[in-house]
Amino acid sequence: MVQTKTVLNTEQIRKDFPILSRKIHKNKQLIYFDSAATSQKPKQVIDAMDFYYKNYNANIHRSIHQLGEEATAKYEEAHEKVAEFINADSYENIIFTKNTTESLNLLAYSLTANLKKGDEIVISQMEHHSNFVPWQQLAEQRRLKLGFIKIDGKGNLDKKSINENITKKTKIVSLTHASNVLGTINPIKEIAKIAHENGAVMVVDGAQSVPHMPVDVRQLDADFLAFSGHKMLGPTGIGVLYGKKELLEEMQPFLYGGEMINEVTFKYTTFNQLPWKFEAGTMNIAEAVGLSAAIDYLKKIEMENIRNHDKELADYAMAKLKEISWITTYGPKERGAVISFNVRGVHAHDVAQILDSEGIAVRAGHHCCMPLMGVLKVPATARASFYLYNTEKEIDNFIGALYKVKKIFGV
Amino acid sequence: MEEIDQIYQENILDHYKNPRNFGKIMNATVHHHEKNPLCGDELDVYFLIDDDQNIADVKIYGHGCAISQSSASMLTDKVKGKSIDEIKKLKKDDILEMLGIPISAARLKCALLSFDTFKNAITIFEKYIKEPGVKGKR
Repeated sequence: MVQTKTVLNTEQIRKDFPILSRKIHKNKQLIYFDSAATSQKPKQVIDAMDFYYKNYNANIHRSIHQLGEEATAKYEEAHEKVAEFINADSYENIIFTKNTTESLNLLAYSLTANLKKGDEIVISQMEHHSNFVPWQQLAEQRRLKLGFIKIDGKGNLDKKSINENITKKTKIVSLTHASNVLGTINPIKEIAKIAHENGAVMVVDGAQSVPHMPVDVRQLDADFLAFSGHKMLGPTGIGVLYGKKELLEEMQPFLYGGEMINEVTFKYTTFNQLPWKFEAGTMNIAEAVGLSAAIDYLKKIEMENIRNHDKELADYAMAKLKEISWITTYGPKERGAVISFNVRGVHAHDVAQILDSEGIAVRAGHHCCMPLMGVLKVPATARASFYLYNTEKEIDNFIGALYKVKKIFGV
Repeated sequence: MEEIDQIYQENILDHYKNPRNFGKIMNATVHHHEKNPLCGDELDVYFLIDDDQNIADVKIYGHGCAISQSSASMLTDKVKGKSIDEIKKLKKDDILEMLGIPISAARLKCALLSFDTFKNAITIFEKYIKEPGVKGKR
């Protein structure tokens, strides 16, 4: 059953995003279906960063002057806002990084530091390279075993494979919450339980889930959660790593330098308290301010509404795509706002180029999931991804543009 | 004509759907494989090179986008019967001219996959295989 009315007032929301009124290729109205790569930014976020640079730009934490104090307060407040947004205990659980990739690298280095040869790490076949390559490389360097949970025919994690892979030898389980290719939303809570029963920590790649649905770290019982600001209406250059306090306290810092220290002598260094212990050097202050503004924006609209809107759009688009015999879609029915597809006999890059000529921005390629492409037995897919500012009318235009692909290639 | 129709011209689509010299040469003098992992485009080229250092036969085998595959197909027609020296003189611009369509920066790699594959095959031939009078050594 496809509804035609969405829960969000997209007309009003779109006014907040200046870029959405842009014309592409001279006179084509932009249809932005690439939010899974990076979201567009509302003027509230752009203005907050602009205001920071124009009014209280200063380095944080040790500046004994008003600008420094204002900047420090906003920077620390950003940690508190993120903590509240994902229902973490405190700002101490929130580490700012560059992006999801850096958050996961921090974990890959720090969590494997004390593992022994033969200890196991479990990831899955659907992981983005950012939750794949760090573990693969560290496993090789530290002689750890890396296991892969398989996906079933529908694109869900295979239950049997979950139980086969996670054993008493497993020390780390690291999985994506929502797949950037298949749209699959993984049952993290259930898998975290299995991981914990086996004495492993549960790492969650929330790059595609935190921007699109309510995510509660306590409810999931995730030990770590990584996500990026730029996919949730915020700027590039700021990412988050959430971690349970007792685990973060045990871990060695990943980056050393200024600010992350408590005392430095010629003989030894002691480290700062959480979360600053993991934030070395001058951080991205304006970006933290931008992330704060993005969270304010998302909270005003409410994540539950965004999830419902995404779901309506995905269901609407899937229903239309399923009717077209020359289109193949990938992934399960219950999904995030991501649809990967191929047009019969046409390479995804050609599909993307023709859609672009109609003003429609989609992604094409392996989506940083080369191993998954191998499992799906395709060299590439095209991917349309939606967010709170997209509409069913845009999907109608997208479907229309697919017929142009058909016409040009004579499918 | 819209720019998109300039790109996907009839001859490009014809070469994509009906690639010339498609297949393999079992007794090829040199065979080389290249891929563009970012796109998933793959191309094999097989050259049969005669004693006079001419391309007696060429075949390609692969898959990918219309730009990469049509470029490879057109290039087989261009090099067949030519001498190795002539192929070595080919420049990137010659390939773009051969295609005759607007190529954006993002698609340049697609357009030039065949060029890289062919050139590297000849380099391998010259470096490791070339021995006048001995054929099909590889």
